[in-house]
Amino acid sequence: MENDLNLSHHISKRFNEELEEVRNQVLKMGGVVEQQVREGLKSLLDADQGLAQRVVDTDIEVNTLEVEIDENCTKILARRQPAASDLRLMISIIKTITDLERIGDEAAKLGKNALKLHDDGKIARQFIELRHLGEHVSATLNKALTAYARLDVNEALEIIQNDRFIDEEFDNISRLLITKMMEDPREIKSALRISWCARALERIGDHTKNICEYIVYLVKGKDVRHTSIEEIKQTITE
Amino acid sequence: MIDLSSSESLVSDDIDLSKTVGEIYADDAKMSMRNVNVFYDEKQAIDNVSLDLARNQVTALIGPSGCGKSTFLRCLNRMNDTIPICRVEGDLRLEDEDIYAKKLDPVLLRARVGMVFQKPNPFPKSIYDNVAYGPKIHGLATNKAELDEIVVSSLQRAGLFNEVKDRLDAPGTGLSGGQQQRLCIARTIAVSPEVILMDEPASALDPIATAVIEELIDELREKYTIAIVTHSMQQAARVSQTTAYFHMGKLVEMGKTEQIFTNPVHELTENYITGRFG
Repeated sequence: MENDLNLSHHISKRFNEELEEVRNQVLKMGGVVEQQVREGLKSLLDADQGLAQRVVDTDIEVNTLEVEIDENCTKILARRQPAASDLRLMISIIKTITDLERIGDEAAKLGKNALKLHDDGKIARQFIELRHLGEHVSATLNKALTAYARLDVNEALEIIQNDRFIDEEFDNISRLLITKMMEDPREIKSALRISWCARALERIGDHTKNICEYIVYLVKGKDVRHTSIEEIKQTITE
Repeated sequence: MIDLSSSESLVSDDIDLSKTVGEIYADDAKMSMRNVNVFYDEKQAIDNVSLDLARNQVTALIGPSGCGKSTFLRCLNRMNDTIPICRVEGDLRLEDEDIYAKKLDPVLLRARVGMVFQKPNPFPKSIYDNVAYGPKIHGLATNKAELDEIVVSSLQRAGLFNEVKDRLDAPGTGLSGGQQQRLCIARTIAVSPEVILMDEPASALDPIATAVIEELIDELREKYTIAIVTHSMQQAARVSQTTAYFHMGKLVEMGKTEQIFTNPVHELTENYITGRFG
């Protein structure tokens, strides 16, 4: 299901442009963060130092975008006093970019740990379990951003529902790592690093879920945070 | 004002407006209007509008120019009686009393349902006489002391007393626009009305005077039931608890103000409050 915010239908053309611009900035920020996550994972699995450093450095770009978008939203709120769907768009953008920025921080952690593992002479490839979790999280983020662009509440619901699989996967990895550490205490240092990476991926999943909740709020006008899946389903079908 | 020269009906028939969305009934209604139709000669300006004014609440009537919101407001104290070609149909009640009943004196009704207009219109008399006029003609005071008491308390409740207490004999027309409007509000409340109708009460005022009037409206609602017509959406959002959106003579949507301004149900409401064209 696709929705349209009719952003181009305001009597004020300048207002249309301002809303379009800020929305495009969010999509751009989403794209940057998504790539950062993908490359963070790749740098970890391929022990690619150069890529890892780039992922860490991208954080500055993400932070700059967050500040710019916040400023633009503040200007629109002050000058246009948006109401109804325009107001919800502003609120959802301000909240979404906070989560995107945090996803960026988590992705940067992947890069940093990739660099540290390399310094320790370890290769994350040994930890094949990370690949599965990472690819799943990365694909989910991609879907969420597409749902955001298309205002697709059904896709958003699916992502919210599937967040528990990410949590389960994280628990599995934790158990495996604990076993590894018990078997060979020399592995503790690198196992901890891998555990932090898994934790970062799990957090990215949580932030992605938050973004999907904002999509439901934007389209349906109802705050579905901290409610059950059943309630969200009901909101969507209303 | 409504353009009476046009031959077209003021009521739209190409959009689905068959039913008002939202909540038109109040648990505790001060005034109840049912199936109200208003005609200027043959032209229909209000088409089958039903709504309640909830007691001690502010109800905002919003909508584009010519949508009928002022016409509807003026039905509530029979101000439309003064327009010969205007005809009002329907059931309009204050408490349980039919306000269009033959035996009912419109002058007494207007004391119970007062009105404040867009442009402050003080009488060309002193500040004191402006406020004392209503109580005098309605015989609300038996002596000068009582009248003084009414004038002072009305000016106080309208938030004007401290600014004018030393010059009650000065002409009302010499006050600033915001003060004049508060003087008109004092004049309205001097006759102890139950309902106050306000037709764009702040549209001729600067932001500071507007803020003072809005603050006053919020205080007045403790004692009175208020209906306000406004073109300022932000004003409707700030002062009212319930908002009714009119479009081409019909009531399109009515509901809690916060819901109307964050998540309106009807597309026309959404278009209007977000400044979109349909």
